[in-house]
Amino acid sequence: MAITKKDVEYIAHLSRLEITEEEKVMYTEQLSNILEHVNKLQAVNTDKVEPMIYAIEMKNVMREDVVKPSLDKQKVFAAAPSIENNGFKVPKII
Amino acid sequence: MSLKEKYEIVIGLEVHAELNTKTKIFCGCKNEFGAEANTYVCPNCLGLPGSLPVFNKQVLHHAVKAGLALNCTIAHKSKFDRKNYYYPDLPKAYQISQFDMPIAVKGYLDIVNKQGEKKRLGITRLHMEEDAGKLIHLTKTGQIADAEESLVDYNRGGVPLAEIVSEPDMRSSEDAYLYLSAVKAILKYTNVSDCNMEEGSLRCDANISIRPFGQEKLGVKVEVKNMNSFNNVRKAIDYEVERQMQMAEAGEAIIQETRLWDAGKAKTFSMRGKEGAHDYRYFPEPDLPILETSAEYINTIKAELPELPLQKAERFISQYGLPAYDAGVLTSEIPLADYFEKVAKLSAEPKLSSNWIMGDLLAKMNEAGEADIEKVKVTPEKLAKMLGLIKNATISGKIAKTVFEDMYATGNDPEQIVKEKGLVQITDTKAIEEVIDKVIAANPAIVAEIKGGKVQAMGFMTGQIMKESKGKANPQLVNELLKKKLGV
Repeated sequence: MAITKKDVEYIAHLSRLEITEEEKVMYTEQLSNILEHVNKLQAVNTDKVEPMIYAIEMKNVMREDVVKPSLDKQKVFAAAPSIENNGFKVPKII
Repeated sequence: MSLKEKYEIVIGLEVHAELNTKTKIFCGCKNEFGAEANTYVCPNCLGLPGSLPVFNKQVLHHAVKAGLALNCTIAHKSKFDRKNYYYPDLPKAYQISQFDMPIAVKGYLDIVNKQGEKKRLGITRLHMEEDAGKLIHLTKTGQIADAEESLVDYNRGGVPLAEIVSEPDMRSSEDAYLYLSAVKAILKYTNVSDCNMEEGSLRCDANISIRPFGQEKLGVKVEVKNMNSFNNVRKAIDYEVERQMQMAEAGEAIIQETRLWDAGKAKTFSMRGKEGAHDYRYFPEPDLPILETSAEYINTIKAELPELPLQKAERFISQYGLPAYDAGVLTSEIPLADYFEKVAKLSAEPKLSSNWIMGDLLAKMNEAGEADIEKVKVTPEKLAKMLGLIKNATISGKIAKTVFEDMYATGNDPEQIVKEKGLVQITDTKAIEEVIDKVIAANPAIVAEIKGGKVQAMGFMTGQIMKESKGKANPQLVNELLKKKLGV
């Protein structure tokens, strides 16, 4: 399954990434190679293999419903580009 | 043929309920409404690199409980997935949700309409997910569309949600309203959510389409969002159905899209600028191990389920002989149902209890803006005592309204009110006879008419006598004695 330049543009748009024409060409090739490589696995017969959901044999890792301290305001906004009324201020988003 | 006879309405609802927990779904920050913005946040809530989610036990418990109450099958194996989209209310750029292995599937819910007819509505699934942050749009004009900037508050980000998806089984806005009421009652009964629509802890989106009657294929569906009350859900559906029918009649194609309900304008509007189809690119959440629920775990929770609203309503009908409508209203919330049962048992007058609670008590509470029946000064004991006074003819039903008013305001004992205000019904034959004699003497012409055979005029006389006694004479006695005196 080959990736087209259109696919790359679509994925970039979904991820809100701006990429150059050269990058589009490069990513088209790289992503195609990755898919091609993974595609080799299709040759393996997996009829009797249960799909793996989680990489480690682990289940039901849970915590008790107990309150822990939250962050100080100073730390919360440490990386905020803009703040108003204790809110993160962002450009118009509707 | 009207449009409503020509087109069948098909509605499915997606309900999001915030779960009643102390902490968020994947971290120990408080799950609480109304705090100062961004005070209940941690590296997890902010999506900071290196932070990892750890699942809250109580969320699973609530989800399983809600699933069982909605007659779902609980999955023995369940997992979380990432739903990817870019929006500032979601700092990780993905929402942890459940995609193909939700915790509960294939349930149903029965609704009962005002005519007492039962209808079963399918529930596709219930899954767990995290809520997103809250956006406040800064606008000088008050119009959201004119917003220049937005403020983000992540206190709500990570609050546990159950999303309940129905089958497209509803055929009217009334069905949708009843379904929502039933879901709300169940979630409150099980204490899974407090379902406060004003605080946004219960939210609802509707998928609406129409098709000509007899056509099997579903019409193009439109998703309507932003309905913040049960009444708005009803209004938005009615508006949208009408819009689609008019389009179909005009031969226009209905487009699959998301529309927003504007309660002020009472219209739905297309969400412009939104990309055509969503592409969430779900994949398994690698930071959370799978969940397994044992039969034992499920059974323990099953045993915790209280008597559910519909079961209770059916019991009220059979045990107390209530009409289906009364039973439905009285079982909408547990405290109200408990209140009724106490009054009914203490007074041994279930229908009279229901009448006073559904009429006078709920009206008074509504008037006073009191939502909590446990805070009302008229305790079940006091109301039952007042009903006892009506039953043993100490006071008439009419006087009881005065007693009730007083009791609601002061919380005083009904007997004491009756005594202090001198409201005791006159059952003393002699006293009543004196009043009757007075009224007879004052109305010779009417007395003559009655004696001459115009018995209908009795009503006038009774009215005069009751008035003369300031409503305190026992009506049955008045009737009896008057008949005797006039020889009819």
